[in-house]
Amino acid sequence: MKVKMLSRNPDNYVRETKLDLQRVPRNYDPTLHPFEVPREYVRALNATKLERVFAKPFLASLDGHRDGVNCLAKHPKNLATILSGACDGEVRIWNLTQRNCIRTIQAHEGFVRGICTRFCGTSFFTVGDDKTVKQWKMDGPGYGEEEEPLHTILGKTVYTGIDHHWKEAVFATCGQQVDIWDEQRTNPICSMTWGFDSISSVKFNPVETFLLGSCASDRNIVLYDMRQATPLKKVILDMRTNTICWNPMEAFIFTAANEDYNLYTFDMRALDTPVMVHMDHVSAVLDVDYSPTGKEFVSASFDKSIRIFPVDKSRSREVYHTKRMQHVICVKWTSDSKYIMCGSDEMNIRLWKANASEKLGVLTSREKAAKDYNQKLKEKFQHYPHIKRIARHRHLPKSIYSQIQEQRIMKEARRRKEVNRIKHSKPGSVPIVSEKKKHIVAVVK
Amino acid sequence: MGEMETAPKPGRDVPPKKDKLQTKRKKPREWKNPESQRSLSGAQDPFPGPAPVPVEVVQKFCRIDKSRKLPRSKAKTRSRLEVAEAEEEETSIKAARSELLLAEEPGFLEGEDGEDTAKICQADIVEAVDIASAAKHFDLNLRQFGPYRLNYSRTGRHLAFGGRRGHVAALDWVTKKLMCEINVMEAVRDIRFLHSEALLAVAQNRWLHIYDNQGIELHCIRRCDRVTRLEFLPFHFLLATASETGFLTYLDVSVGKIVAALNARAGRLDVMSQNPYNAVIHLGHSNGTVSLWSPAMKEPLAKILCHRGGVRAVAVDSTGTYMATSGLDHQLKIFDLRGTYQPLSTRTLPHGAGHLAFSQRGLLVAGMGDVVNIWAGQGKGSPPSLEQPYLTHRLSGPVHGLQFCPFEDVLGVGHSGGVTSMLVPGAGEPNFDGLESNPYRSRKQRQEWEVKALLEKVPAELICLDPRALAEVDVISLEQGKKERIERLGYDPEAKAPFQPKPKQKGRSSTASLVKRKRKVMDEEHRDKVRQSLQQQQQQQQQQQKEAKAKSTGARPSALDRFVR
Repeated sequence: MKVKMLSRNPDNYVRETKLDLQRVPRNYDPTLHPFEVPREYVRALNATKLERVFAKPFLASLDGHRDGVNCLAKHPKNLATILSGACDGEVRIWNLTQRNCIRTIQAHEGFVRGICTRFCGTSFFTVGDDKTVKQWKMDGPGYGEEEEPLHTILGKTVYTGIDHHWKEAVFATCGQQVDIWDEQRTNPICSMTWGFDSISSVKFNPVETFLLGSCASDRNIVLYDMRQATPLKKVILDMRTNTICWNPMEAFIFTAANEDYNLYTFDMRALDTPVMVHMDHVSAVLDVDYSPTGKEFVSASFDKSIRIFPVDKSRSREVYHTKRMQHVICVKWTSDSKYIMCGSDEMNIRLWKANASEKLGVLTSREKAAKDYNQKLKEKFQHYPHIKRIARHRHLPKSIYSQIQEQRIMKEARRRKEVNRIKHSKPGSVPIVSEKKKHIVAVVK
Repeated sequence: MGEMETAPKPGRDVPPKKDKLQTKRKKPREWKNPESQRSLSGAQDPFPGPAPVPVEVVQKFCRIDKSRKLPRSKAKTRSRLEVAEAEEEETSIKAARSELLLAEEPGFLEGEDGEDTAKICQADIVEAVDIASAAKHFDLNLRQFGPYRLNYSRTGRHLAFGGRRGHVAALDWVTKKLMCEINVMEAVRDIRFLHSEALLAVAQNRWLHIYDNQGIELHCIRRCDRVTRLEFLPFHFLLATASETGFLTYLDVSVGKIVAALNARAGRLDVMSQNPYNAVIHLGHSNGTVSLWSPAMKEPLAKILCHRGGVRAVAVDSTGTYMATSGLDHQLKIFDLRGTYQPLSTRTLPHGAGHLAFSQRGLLVAGMGDVVNIWAGQGKGSPPSLEQPYLTHRLSGPVHGLQFCPFEDVLGVGHSGGVTSMLVPGAGEPNFDGLESNPYRSRKQRQEWEVKALLEKVPAELICLDPRALAEVDVISLEQGKKERIERLGYDPEAKAPFQPKPKQKGRSSTASLVKRKRKVMDEEHRDKVRQSLQQQQQQQQQQQKEAKAKSTGARPSALDRFVR
């Protein structure tokens, strides 16, 4: 007879010394790993619950301004520096890692309407209510020197916004019309206007750097071409847009923060329908900024909250609020896509984490592996009812919560009336308009 | 051996329509042209391309059931499904390649020409194998404390046995190191390890007791009285007990609560086994049926008529495909549990088999009196063929307990003369997974494993016949559940409550105005109902018109059309 018994040499399975790693032989045969789906489901449930347990996004509050913070700007080369302009004309430069203010400048009399940094990071520009555009050095004044702007331009009308070109020494201001300035000159290279009302903000496209977009008080968004010095096209919406922000990854996508509590993501090539309508705020949306990954953006609203939206979804994935934070005027996403800063009416700038339950700092490889695995599990089981309920749950302040209920009832009533109108009229006489197209009035080339 | 062929590459037809803001999708890796790869010496690879992988191994790792047709869904869902299927093919090929790293081979016993392996006795095998394996065969002569029942722990390293007259012992049988040995002063009917070798459950004459592996009594569970059989469900941390009173009780050992106490309504419960694939408990009854139980349901999940007389033993194999039963009618049957619940093979035994057990590689052992017979199948996937036994052995007393040791080629038998450990080449799974059950684990590894196992303990409600049911979309149960609830409660709890007018101040809530307000709401609701019924009638009419049109454009009218409803 031929016989062989299964016999294992313990030397192959037990470690030799205490200083060695333990040996873990693996066999991926599914019969040795029963109950795959239920066990993964329980792990996903635990991962979702732990995510909510560790969701502590608030990091710091930067205190110092003596009036509401009106605008924020990021340093293009240094992650730790941000600039903020307040409603009493003061501009402060902060260090985020030490969480203190490193420099204070009394820049304007009246509001600081806009602030932007030059692409090289050596200077920045501010515009204010005293009709001036000032250029300042990024490094502080030397010993014994006074705080003086590098360059001051006096204009005829109030300027309401400023933005600098991403590659060239050109910047644009907006007020009564959009002016393109060369840094060396005191007169604008060209002035563009289309429409009769004042323009509230202007933004350069980071990818196609000759494109600009601006928002005007007569409810339109106008796109300009700097090379031809003409406006390209405009889209007229239902209500006024406060600001727009270009997607840093997709050349032709921009998001507009509108007064009708929504945000609209447009594709520049087809302005008649927005790509997505983002509905979650309960009051006017005041500012929007994209993450450097181009996948998400953050919006600041007059209801005292900021929301993070994924670009392809119409509902927010996260809402940040605090009892002490009042109307949020400006918001920025830092260039490493990890933090969000918002400046609000009550003179504070707050620093938040972009992913609320993320562990900061350097992770060991095991931590990274566990984090990736949990992320994938949450993604895989996100549609299961218990898991969805836990992942979606956010505490909201009572004002926002009751506003949401009220607006839901109003929307439902409007929808019902619409359906009745269609049902009781001659088929085809009442056009059925999709939700996306409802808010666009016209597109003009 | 199956044919060695390359598993088919994922299809690279026209890619699905790309979403505007989607990131770059992973494409299957393309192998470089072999002619282009030349080394400095000019030599060429004699085996160009990727190494071939046997198809059945790849099949083992595939989990998507390609034969099921999905309903027509949106383009985005369909493209995501295609990506998932391509990924699954890739990963199953990789997993099949990783089988190369498995170090051990299973044992075997082959007779020379014409020799019947059943006639080979244990002494011959012990002589022929190496010393370490020979040491695995031992006989414990314990005549004093009654017939023994035994249980191996989940890793196969530790053995616990209990005698009818109260002798309970736990030891590491490989090193023969005794962990504890006590006499519980009561009859012991069954004994089981809980999730690790630290805890023992002993079904004593009156109640269920839990002991530490040092012999310290930890718990006495009085709600489980007169328990005859125990089964531990390791991934749910549930101890299932079958009692003489006819109750099947599930006890959650991690929190210490009784999850379900089900009345099996079939008299005394004597025969119990678990299905390791889906954690369903099989109970054998004296009317020849085997019933399948889950703690979530008060009624059995299924009832299978197996034998003409009572059922004496049930066993289910580790993949949950085959169930072996033996009855008072001297039959031993193997049933197919996935699909048709029909008997695959039958065999008449001279003696009824009182105990049955499956090994990890599909060997079946039956204990008939003081003889054990072992049957083997062709490969790992096929049922054991009952024609010729693979091995037989006679013990010094009638058999009372049988279990194959996990991950070893050893069969443990408890009989009235003590405990015997037999050698059965080819019974155990050669390659264990270190993260699931590792017989060589250290104390630290055991602690880590225990914490992880408790964290991913599956809730008892998820036990059902198909463990992958959670991965399916379940629309029917939702509606079924609603209907059942209405039936059970007698009314619909989710229906709108009848309108109660709010009492108002300043004399506005006189009876007349209350009645007026109520009437208003009732009229509104009535109008809504009428509108809905009109809509439904309209829809029905439209459907009938469509059908009539379809029919009229079809075949020629016949005289029998008037009888069509």
